[in-house]
Amino acid sequence: MIFKYLLQLGDNALILGHRLGEWCGHAPELEIDMALTNIALDLTGQARNLFQRAAEIEGKGRTEDDIAYLRDAWDFRNVLLVEQPNEDFAFTIVRQFFFDTFNYYAHQELTKSKDEWLAGFAAKSLKEITYHLRFSSEWMLRLGDGTELSHQKLQTALDELWMYHGELVQPNEVDLELAKSGVGVDLEKIKPLFNEKIEEVLSKATLNIPTDTWMQSGGKDGKHSEHLGYILADMQFLQRAYPGVEW
Amino acid sequence: MTHLNLEDQFQAKIDAETKIEPKDWMPEAYRKTLIRQISQHAHSEIVGMLPEGNWITRAPSLRRKLILLAKVQDEAGHGLYLYSAAETLGANRDELVQQLLTGKAKYSSIFNYPTTSWADIGAIGWLVDGAAIMNQVMLTRASYGPYARAMVRICKEESFHQRQGYEIMMTMAKGSPAQKQMAQDALNRWWWPSLMMFGPKDDDSAHSEQSMKWKIKRKSNDELRQQFVDVTVPQAEYLGLTIPDPDLQWNEDRGHYDFGEINWEEFWNVVKGNGPCNRQRIQARVKAYEDGAWVREAAVAYAEKKDQRKLVSPKAQAEAA
Ligand SMILES: [Fe+2]
Ligand SMILES: [Fe+2]
Repeated sequence: MIFKYLLQLGDNALILGHRLGEWCGHAPELEIDMALTNIALDLTGQARNLFQRAAEIEGKGRTEDDIAYLRDAWDFRNVLLVEQPNEDFAFTIVRQFFFDTFNYYAHQELTKSKDEWLAGFAAKSLKEITYHLRFSSEWMLRLGDGTELSHQKLQTALDELWMYHGELVQPNEVDLELAKSGVGVDLEKIKPLFNEKIEEVLSKATLNIPTDTWMQSGGKDGKHSEHLGYILADMQFLQRAYPGVEW
Repeated sequence: MTHLNLEDQFQAKIDAETKIEPKDWMPEAYRKTLIRQISQHAHSEIVGMLPEGNWITRAPSLRRKLILLAKVQDEAGHGLYLYSAAETLGANRDELVQQLLTGKAKYSSIFNYPTTSWADIGAIGWLVDGAAIMNQVMLTRASYGPYARAMVRICKEESFHQRQGYEIMMTMAKGSPAQKQMAQDALNRWWWPSLMMFGPKDDDSAHSEQSMKWKIKRKSNDELRQQFVDVTVPQAEYLGLTIPDPDLQWNEDRGHYDFGEINWEEFWNVVKGNGPCNRQRIQARVKAYEDGAWVREAAVAYAEKKDQRKLVSPKAQAEAA
């Protein structure tokens, strides 16, 4: 079970890091380019740690790269939110803000995990994630309360991505079981904090909070959107085309 | 004091290896030449992000992906330091960027070649960063202080890049037959463009002589090119790869490698805009700039609103009273 849990955490980081990597060289300004790449670096680094640990726990001789590059979509356990396309900077920021908010509270809880490795990992990652959340919240405010155009673009992105934010705090079987044993995060516990933070930032950013309550889900159990297949086609190309070699 | 005197004093300072600093008097031509050289260098860093960024999503291992992300990020950082160095000479970053986007300013032609396989990421690090280092080590002693200091920092990172690139080449050259073929193919495509990075032959170089006198260049194009060939040939041999030059051979008398003639027609063609990716590179920069306009505008508008609010907030008023 903890293996699956590590994959849930690691896949979120890997896939979002992949999306942010797509911005590299194309961001609205150099400073933003560097900041997005920084977050991509942090997330990919976290994924790497999590996969190393998962491989160790699994004990079947797989490596971090086997886990990242040799699974198909149904074995990926990331939430649907992180595989959504970059679209424009507004979409990227809303997606990032939802994820960072969740990730921040989740890792705060994980520092108290009964699993020593996870607690240590969370403490280390929390520093990075705190910076990510600051970055994305600040951009929520700048875009939401910037110009009329930026406000409109951010509102559109928010309306489009809203249905993907619920899955972050909606427990699946793995979440429930690991919360019970004190190893994983109790999502019911962080849900109010998560919702509060989102409301606070959205209202500061002068945005209308969408009223629809239907939330998409399934990513954590391997049911993905069409986007993931293309991400993997890119990401796994070399490992699939030239199997079994060193890079 | 006459103008001539100032210029003599300036040259005397340079001859004595005293750094020129932003507030010092300098000839207009020196200032202009430096702005052109530094901004071209900055543009090269930024455009250079594109061919390598092209492989970030396809990097074949998590470790390689992290190294590549960090490398491309370093290049963005180099662009930033260099734009700042140009600003100390009175240039304006946005105007410099406009010159790049409108095609008025040049950048290193090497980035107008495509990265078609993963081995290109290795070849670029090894050869392109390697050639850049040859140039830049000399520039750490450039007469203009802010430029020289920026180059010290940049050079350190470039030598990391060079080592990482060589390590990719090594892994592939010692890997499967397909990987070795990929590595050889990358070397075949990047070798000659890398030699072209040092610019035209000394006889045909428009800016060299004055730049040497001003010490914003300390070695000629041909000297640097020779130095690069001498260092790189043994590295290729160690990889077991073949440099695509039938005329390449060690010359005992000269103590250097002799090498074949560069295809200067190709060189000038790429400079003129006819390289395989000139258009795509500029289009990508223009797109990023245009698509990002609303974001930059929003940031400015928000900062202004925030300042306004500070001014009218009761706390600020109380403090002012
Ligand atoms: Fe650089
Ligand atoms: Fe570099």
